[in-house]
Amino acid sequence: MLGEQIIKGMAVTARNFFGSYVSKERLTTVQYPEERLVPKENTRQFPFLVYDGDDAEKGLRCVACQICEKECPPQCIYIVKSKDKKPDYKGQPQLYPLTFDIDISVCMSCSICVEVCPFESIKMDTEFELSTDDRFAGLLLHKQDLAKPNSHYHQVHAQDAKDSDAVIAGEKAKAEAKARAAAEKARAEAEAKAKAAAAAAAPAPAAPPPPAA
Amino acid sequence: MFEKLDQIFVTLKHLVLGYVPEALQPLVSAVLSVTLILSVFPGIFAIVTIFERKGIGRIQNRYGPNRVGIPFTNIRLCGFGQFIPDGIKSLTKEDIVPRAADRVVHFLAPIVMLIPVLLAYAVLPFGRNMTVADFDAGLLFFFAVGGAVEISVFMAGWSSRNKYSLLGAMRAIAQMVSYEIPLILSAVTVVMIVGSLKLVDIVAAQNHYTFGIAHWYVFTPWGFVGCILFFIASLAESNRSPFDLPEAESEIIAGYFTEYSGFKFALFFLGEYLGMFAIIGLGITLFLGGWTSPVSFLTWIPSYVWFVTKMIAIVFVFIWIRATLPRLRMDQLMNLAWKLMLPLALINIVVAGIWHFMGPDWQRWLVCAAIIFGAYLVLGRGLMRHQKLGKRTYRYAE
Repeated sequence: MLGEQIIKGMAVTARNFFGSYVSKERLTTVQYPEERLVPKENTRQFPFLVYDGDDAEKGLRCVACQICEKECPPQCIYIVKSKDKKPDYKGQPQLYPLTFDIDISVCMSCSICVEVCPFESIKMDTEFELSTDDRFAGLLLHKQDLAKPNSHYHQVHAQDAKDSDAVIAGEKAKAEAKARAAAEKARAEAEAKAKAAAAAAAPAPAAPPPPAA
Repeated sequence: MFEKLDQIFVTLKHLVLGYVPEALQPLVSAVLSVTLILSVFPGIFAIVTIFERKGIGRIQNRYGPNRVGIPFTNIRLCGFGQFIPDGIKSLTKEDIVPRAADRVVHFLAPIVMLIPVLLAYAVLPFGRNMTVADFDAGLLFFFAVGGAVEISVFMAGWSSRNKYSLLGAMRAIAQMVSYEIPLILSAVTVVMIVGSLKLVDIVAAQNHYTFGIAHWYVFTPWGFVGCILFFIASLAESNRSPFDLPEAESEIIAGYFTEYSGFKFALFFLGEYLGMFAIIGLGITLFLGGWTSPVSFLTWIPSYVWFVTKMIAIVFVFIWIRATLPRLRMDQLMNLAWKLMLPLALINIVVAGIWHFMGPDWQRWLVCAAIIFGAYLVLGRGLMRHQKLGKRTYRYAE
């Protein structure tokens, strides 16, 4: 009969109307500033710089190699290298960035900088509430804005941060093993040298010199 | 005490008129009544816009507006303060008139829209003894001024010099002319039974009770059909979904008021809603007993409260329909008006005659209901004959 389907449709809308008051699961919208959805694992907005420990200056992983600056497709990264060096996590003396600026009004969130970085030092952040009333200076992030602790990285991308930590631990272990091997070798050499010297000067009562390393 | 509450506006008006010299009394009386209408109905319009947005939001499983409350406080009022910033916004917006537009007609169109709509309120009985102008031919007056709305729509569409405006205006004219016929024919049945065009008499004829239930005309076979036909036609007359072809956003931007901005746009909006309220008010008066109570033990509730409650209830049904049905196509619109509603309204007039002449026996219920149901079945079949519903097939795309 004519009009039957209209009645059925009205019943559907009425059910939705009352249902939205009864069950919260029906409502798909989120009351944004008060409620917010948990971001997805792969969410990415703009890059940030990771540092270890508590001191952003000392623990910054970036060594100002400028690979990201060169690879950046829209050329939004600007780096000035330091003149002096500071020890990195392996104890090696490295350069560090005097200036590290990212213009997020230019950045296209491609995360190529993250892919090319050999030092696990630039990562993608999930911060998206970056609106500002100053569209030039407000959108140009400096080193102190970009530097964030490793714990922050763990917070935003837990799995990636774990992987990144594993890579760094591996590097560190490798470096330590190498250092230990080198030390071992040096000591053995020194001992051998000392033995030889002792053998050569047997009557001499002087004690053998202490090992070098 | 309830009697006094019911007549409070009437008493107040007489009180004020007592302080006015006799020569000025008709003028002051008119100004007082008009002021009340001009403050109450736009107020209801403001609230209804929020109800509409919230209701449609809920039907679509959203929250709808729920932020704006009282300014400078944290009181949100569930978003019912939204109409204040909306009004301020439309007042402060730039008023743009297209260079090619006919400036005078373009300026006049929203005013010509609003004035007949407001005039129509003059004859509606909002409560007991609460009619601004109690004409003998109130119903005729209502339809006469209602017809003037079409002029304003065409003025707006034509003067804008915009193809979308003109298309919208032409659609609006076609639709309003088509639906005015079932609208008036369904109202004619009430006039036949009551024997008067005076709206106060029509309400008075429905204001008695059997077994505690009111004699509203919607509870009779012809009245039921008349009521449904009337409200479908009034949906079309007030350009509401599913009959919103004149302002179909997806096709012709905003129809006849595409080229209007700022407060003129708001005036069109206001005119449309006030027109809807007026026509709902008439529908209530004709079929739903006007300001009377549906059951005899609730007659102590003031009459104007009943009127406004019924009006809001019908507005809710309109919002519900808007959220349910998609927009009709032009041919479907015309088919519905001319192939279903017009014949049904004509048959309904005959049924009302039979009802009148069969006397107060119980047989007339059976006969009238049978005729109407048969007619509806046959006409519905006719309307659905060429309908082929099913899976959509494509000729080229696969």
